[in-house]
Amino acid sequence: MRAFVFAVFAFLYLPIALVVLFSFNAGHHASEFTGFSVQWYGKALSNPFLVEALKNSLFIATTSALLAALCGTAAALGLQRVGARTRAVFDALLGAAIVVPGVVIGISTLVALVQLFGVVNPFLASLWPNDQPPRLALGYGSIIAAHGLFSMALVAMIVGTRLGSLDRNLVEASSDLYATPLTTFRSIVLPQIMPAVIAGFLLAFTFSFDDFIVAFFVAGAQTTLPIYVFASIRRGVTPEINAIATIVLVASVLLVVLAQWQLRQRKPSR
Amino acid sequence: MRDNFLRKNLVTALLLAPATLWLVVFLVLPFIAIAVFSVGERAPEGGYQAAFTLAQYANLPARATAFWNTMVLAPAGALACLLVAYPVAYYLALRAPERWRLILLALVVIPFWTSLLMRTYAWMYVLGGRGIPALLAYVGIEDIRLINTPGAVLLGIVYGYLPLMILPIYVSLERLDRRLLEASADLGATPVSTFLGVTLRLSLPGVMTGFSLVMILLLGEYLIPTLLGGGKVFFIGNALVDLFLQSRNWPFGSAIAITLVLVSVVVLIAANRISTRLSGARRVDLM
Repeated sequence: MRAFVFAVFAFLYLPIALVVLFSFNAGHHASEFTGFSVQWYGKALSNPFLVEALKNSLFIATTSALLAALCGTAAALGLQRVGARTRAVFDALLGAAIVVPGVVIGISTLVALVQLFGVVNPFLASLWPNDQPPRLALGYGSIIAAHGLFSMALVAMIVGTRLGSLDRNLVEASSDLYATPLTTFRSIVLPQIMPAVIAGFLLAFTFSFDDFIVAFFVAGAQTTLPIYVFASIRRGVTPEINAIATIVLVASVLLVVLAQWQLRQRKPSR
Repeated sequence: MRDNFLRKNLVTALLLAPATLWLVVFLVLPFIAIAVFSVGERAPEGGYQAAFTLAQYANLPARATAFWNTMVLAPAGALACLLVAYPVAYYLALRAPERWRLILLALVVIPFWTSLLMRTYAWMYVLGGRGIPALLAYVGIEDIRLINTPGAVLLGIVYGYLPLMILPIYVSLERLDRRLLEASADLGATPVSTFLGVTLRLSLPGVMTGFSLVMILLLGEYLIPTLLGGGKVFFIGNALVDLFLQSRNWPFGSAIAITLVLVSVVVLIAANRISTRLSGARRVDLM
């Protein structure tokens, strides 16, 4: 059994290791490693389209993760204060936001936004009869919103779990000692849920940074890093892609390790 | 007193408002939109024309190949994942040395959160002409085609979704009361019958959660069949991308998407029923 488990771990990590190894290959050929070089990193980072896509992805991931961390935490706190029925409805919707396949989220958001813009844009145009009217279109906003949906649900769940294991006695003690609700929140609740909020933010960032399928539908004219990489992979495997893949893999591994570490911080003992 | 009550409700409402808005505008309304589109007609120039017809649903057999591929490869992929995942989860939960457990678990979680695109790309690299086939040619086995086959898609599926299958099974096995295993052995059960009667049975909620999650995500999969199936193995996801981004037949695409969601709901309900019936417990949540 141990041998089998180790074989599975090898199966999980060997292909990735190969990509990382060949990103440092001096030669052009994928089948033989001819020497160590970082030239493909240089090539990748001097490609203006790629750098643009990377910047877009960083901006979208940061914004959607921040919004998700704020709204998701607020929702988790709010859900502590409502009745069982409201809670059940919210939990079902949050669960749906996580479980519904990305392809369905992508197309339904596309359809809804295109219809919405079809109504709003003529209206905006009628308000600006002479000037250039502002036009709503697919782009940063729609990707951030669509990513934020999943991320917010994720944060709400992670923070909700942590709130559930919070020591109620501390909260009661605090209010018995005449702390205002706000003080109790700031000095008792917030420090305890903070690791969960940070972990949620990091996972949300990772999700948005890595997502291809949702962005593929709602990106409009914008390009994110996964969309760029997908398009270039279809043109053929190049060492340059290995370099980008390595950067993305290392970044997500760091973020996930950081998130896991945060989740284990000050976890109430079982 | 009344003032206090009002203020409390106001705070609750404010806390829930952003999430509610988000869920309504980007989950509920879009879903209603595709439901409405699915009973509409395709406008001559592409896009949508209002109507009330079930023609789009009647047209579903036009994409029968995509449905067939998905309905065969999604359960097969989920099953293959399960067969590989169970021993790993079992080892992690019940056999692994204490100090290695968290590290091994982290090694399972990390791929789950790293880009599926990059991980699938890694297999394109391994299975492609300059990967394993080149190695085989080196030892004299020529002309082996690995990439762009259903087998490659299945492999990619197992690779991509293995962590998602391991985690819930691990959670349900880890919660298992070890004394039950001892009791079963004390009462003379063989290790095999202890496994079948106690361990497997009590971990069924985790198995069903993992199976249904993987299955649902596979129903909407696009990247793996596209990159490892090379345009030869079409999934429903491929049909949707084609209908929405290329041929712009939105009503037909919406009908397919609604069908996909309905199938997912059926899978979830069935999984829930099975695990309740067999083990008396409800599904395991991942978080």
